[in-house]
Amino acid sequence: MTFNASFNPSGGGAIVGLGMTEMTREYTYSSTGLAAIAVRNAITDAGLDKSDVDGILVNPGIMGNLQPDLQKALGLENVRLQTKMDGRGSTAGQMVQYASLAVQSGLANVVVCVFADDPLRGGSAGAAYGGADRKVTGMPSLHSYYGHFGANTGYALAARRHMALYGTTQDQLGAVAVSTRKWAQLNPIAMQRGEMTLDDYHNSRWIVEPFHLLDCTLVTNGAIAVIVTSRERAKDLKQPPAYVIGMGQGHPGNPRHAGAEYEVNTGAIQAGETAYAMAGVGPKDIDVRELYDCYTYTTLVTLEDYGFAPKGEGGPFVEDGKLGPGGSHPTNTGGGELSSYYMWGMTPLSEAVIQTRGQGGDHQVKDHSTVLVSCQGGILDMHASLILSPDSTAGTGGHS
Amino acid sequence: MTRPSPTSDELSAPFFEGTANGVLMLQRCRNCAKYAFPVQEICTNCLEGDLEWVESSGEGTLHTFGVMHHLYHPGFARDLPYNVAVVELTEGPRMSARVDAPSDELEVGMELKATFEPAGEVMVPVFQPA
Repeated sequence: MTFNASFNPSGGGAIVGLGMTEMTREYTYSSTGLAAIAVRNAITDAGLDKSDVDGILVNPGIMGNLQPDLQKALGLENVRLQTKMDGRGSTAGQMVQYASLAVQSGLANVVVCVFADDPLRGGSAGAAYGGADRKVTGMPSLHSYYGHFGANTGYALAARRHMALYGTTQDQLGAVAVSTRKWAQLNPIAMQRGEMTLDDYHNSRWIVEPFHLLDCTLVTNGAIAVIVTSRERAKDLKQPPAYVIGMGQGHPGNPRHAGAEYEVNTGAIQAGETAYAMAGVGPKDIDVRELYDCYTYTTLVTLEDYGFAPKGEGGPFVEDGKLGPGGSHPTNTGGGELSSYYMWGMTPLSEAVIQTRGQGGDHQVKDHSTVLVSCQGGILDMHASLILSPDSTAGTGGHS
Repeated sequence: MTRPSPTSDELSAPFFEGTANGVLMLQRCRNCAKYAFPVQEICTNCLEGDLEWVESSGEGTLHTFGVMHHLYHPGFARDLPYNVAVVELTEGPRMSARVDAPSDELEVGMELKATFEPAGEVMVPVFQPA
């Protein structure tokens, strides 16, 4: 079933505040402390007062250290909408969607959406994502016996399937790492800003073939918050609004039986279809792509699933560097999760807000009237899409 | 340090009884005949809760694989690099496994056959090129 295009996005929400903590590999504050700082920064950014906030949606990362009562840490006493959400990496996009529906319906007026995580406390960066110390019995204990651990492995298996079916190459995965690093070099808050060549990529150590270290995201401590309010209210606030003109979700759920090809056909297909229909746009109309890039492969397959390249041709599509600065398809313009910071779906969302506002500085894309946000969760299980615009009349038929 | 040993539990007991006898057991729905793996309580196809355990052929193909170089668990220190595989069984379900072959001989689509090796107190399937 496809989306009912009679929905009028002019009744949808706008993102009016963005707040971030320092992005770091060091342990500074707990998830709760980080989240509170990000929310404070978002309130200040929007030119609002904390008493204006009447909705709060929270999303803890891999550590799970964020509770629905975060309002206590912020002294919020006017909360009419509250919950903890978990669509894994897709949650940031989902939070904005539910907040948008809430402000549209009058359930709340000013909704904060916040992600925080603190997986790094000394030990291995990837340990929290490996799950090797999990105590399991029965069938799941077979996975542990085979040494089948973590998100790295799940995505590597998916990438291998794509390579086998379509001839996607290691150089093509590397091209994504290189173009993403070029953007990071232009972004002062990116954590990895050193020069990276394709040789550097190939010379980085294997994690799990076909992934080198430079195919993988940078696990990060930090928090990011955005504030969603109505289009009416957005007009009077401090920042140029990022209007939500399209949204959608798709959740294939990782089916493991003959005939299923979930590894190479992600939820972006269904989520994108809904979001495009709502906004009345297609892939050719998108100026900037902010795609969840936990791995190089995620960028490549997601580009196919949003219709930028035909299925199976993502490899040749990315190979010429068109995703990088000055290219025809600017993608992950802040350096993404690969080179900048890994805040789950808040990474693409935060950079999308910056681009939509035109505040990207050296990494600002000139044309930014339509910005796509892609949020990916689980091992390609879950997906949420947003399309943002600085123009309140953008999208279906130019309603205002 | 050894690898984590698999343990049988209530739901998976028939599977590990099978491996002890050199047979790869799968669940199948008595209502719609759809195979299920790993253990399900209700059928994902027809949603009936009447699954039986049946012997599978133990044959399949390599759906995808990775080669692990990163050490997540000290029990694998001597095994690195080792392969992690997803095997599509002839009956339909896909299962995680290891293929007992050098990594550079693995190819998506290659035919495989289950054998069984001891792992602590149970036997586990490991696939061989057919």
